[in-house]
Amino acid sequence: MNVPEFPTRVGSGEFGQAIWDPEAETPSGLTGPDGLTAPKRFSVYRNNVIVSLSEALEQTFPAIRNLLGEDYFKALARAFVVRHPPTSPVLLWYGAEFAGFIEAFPPLEAYPYLADVARVEWAWLQSYHAADAAPMDPAALGSVDPEALGTVRFEKHPATDMVVSRWPVWDLMRVNRFEPDAEIDVDLEASQSVLITRPDYDVNLLLLRPGGDVFLNALLSGAMLGEAAASAQAQVEEFSLSDCLSDCLSNGAFKDLVTA
Amino acid sequence: MKHKAMSAAIVAGAVATAVAGLSATVPAHAQAKEKCYGISLKGQNDCKAGAGTTCAGTSTVDYQGNAWTLVPKGTCVSMELPGDRKGSLTELDRDLPEA
Amino acid sequence: MPSHSTEPTRIDAAVPARAGAGLKADHVQDVLDTGADIGFFEVHAENYMGAGGVPHRQLEAIRERYPLSLHGVGLSIGGEQPLDKSHLQRLADLNRRYEPGLFSEHLAWSTHDTTYFNDLLPVPYDKATLDRVCDHIDEVQEKVGRKMLLENPSTYVAFEQSTMSELDFLKEITRRTGCGLLLDVNNVHVSSTNHARSAIEYLQDFPMDRVGEIHLGGHAPDVDDAGRPLLIDAHDREVDDAVWALYETVVERNGPVPTLIEWDNDVPAWPVLLAEAQAADRILSQESGAGFKRAV
Repeated sequence: MNVPEFPTRVGSGEFGQAIWDPEAETPSGLTGPDGLTAPKRFSVYRNNVIVSLSEALEQTFPAIRNLLGEDYFKALARAFVVRHPPTSPVLLWYGAEFAGFIEAFPPLEAYPYLADVARVEWAWLQSYHAADAAPMDPAALGSVDPEALGTVRFEKHPATDMVVSRWPVWDLMRVNRFEPDAEIDVDLEASQSVLITRPDYDVNLLLLRPGGDVFLNALLSGAMLGEAAASAQAQVEEFSLSDCLSDCLSNGAFKDLVTA
Repeated sequence: MKHKAMSAAIVAGAVATAVAGLSATVPAHAQAKEKCYGISLKGQNDCKAGAGTTCAGTSTVDYQGNAWTLVPKGTCVSMELPGDRKGSLTELDRDLPEA
Repeated sequence: MPSHSTEPTRIDAAVPARAGAGLKADHVQDVLDTGADIGFFEVHAENYMGAGGVPHRQLEAIRERYPLSLHGVGLSIGGEQPLDKSHLQRLADLNRRYEPGLFSEHLAWSTHDTTYFNDLLPVPYDKATLDRVCDHIDEVQEKVGRKMLLENPSTYVAFEQSTMSELDFLKEITRRTGCGLLLDVNNVHVSSTNHARSAIEYLQDFPMDRVGEIHLGGHAPDVDDAGRPLLIDAHDREVDDAVWALYETVVERNGPVPTLIEWDNDVPAWPVLLAEAQAADRILSQESGAGFKRAV
């Protein structure tokens, strides 16, 4: 070993700082075979970190990538990665702040629906990786005294989530992710809220009917069935309890029936 | 919960209708899912290097792509926002900070 | 008490001295449909740290039919700070859940403070680092309750402050902790080229009696600031001829060892990856003849 008499030490703090800052000098003390500092060699690490994390985001948010185009997405991802690097080595948990970052990113102010699309994609991923559980058997409702049905509550299935939006997130998800070839006219005046479930292994994305967002939000917060239904009806005239409940049951939104 | 509950009879009727309808083969309402059954995502963690780049780009990150100055080119540019706002270059120019 | 276990029936955990492949989600259906004849599969542990869903279903289906190697990529064993206890717990849980025949991690760091860098970053080969790495490996082996294999790295820069060679560093780690080694022959070729050293000499001096697994993978050629060759550990193509040649000398001299083909970027169709594994299998079977194996 050729050890310099007074070697320059490089700690991981200094190494990491230089990773995030492209303008930063390569830490001296990191050398090529000639013993000289080697910026291009160091850039391999810089590149690995930035590009691999950007790719992780691209895989989690494919609809956002399609909405913005490849070049813009890469640039946006890089801006996000530097500001919000992962705090866990488990990358399937990386990107929780992306929707909020998009929402607050001034150059994207003209695209106010993007953040909600990102929220749906994030919820989709959480559902994909959620714990396995058998959904509630709808027949369980048949064994409840009809007089008491209004007082039952439902335990959320671990893979269930919903995103309430004033933007047409369901159509935007179909066009930009699930049904790229379908002829769908997206009406940005439309408000769409979605239910995300995973009764078995496939994640389902379901457009909630009128009042379904209010109804389900109440149920998922622990309200009794009768309360949730009344609340939805009070706010949305076209609300149909039987239709909305049917959607929840057939898509496995609940894990268990909780009777008083 | 501040809202008063629905009458027991209405709830019971709606529940009966909902449960009875479930024997139908296809979920009644619109549903979107991946085309193929059992979609599986690539794992996010790897021990590869040089991700996404080869040849000259392998060891130099292209920092030219700046999201503050680029313009989106995806499907978002063709959609008109309510109130005559369009996701367009001119709209974006207004929002750009001093470089 | 009568047992009504719903535990799936699994093949024996031991990984044979054959070729295996890194498991890719896109290949699982092909592998199961064709009943692929391959020695084992290896997975990156972090990709199976979600609670449930498709990844676990796929991995269980694979584990029922093939021995498994569990390869961590994010523990930051070379880090300056204590190991992430919750991450270590997750690794221990996965080991219990899937009973892999082999368990390995890297001589590298990837976490500083609370930031995870998602790359296998290099460590200086000095006494302070050696002490820390040994402490961390002791902690891992105690927590997981088994011997781990430590992988030699691909590196692009050297630390001026290093006082030991990489080999002496690795040997001292195995001596102190009793851990095994995962010999990545591609990494040997990449690092030797990048630091203008001899890969052959490195391998001749490598403590082969500690090697529990070998990795082979593809790399991307580039040049450094001064125009010298710089190889990138890209795992994006076939194994290079130079790496195959090194591998043959290793197997010839030391006998067959479980050997993984890594292909993580631009992943090809399953038959292409399987063909790479079969190429490794041919080398392994040539050298598994009686009496050929000899000590280093």
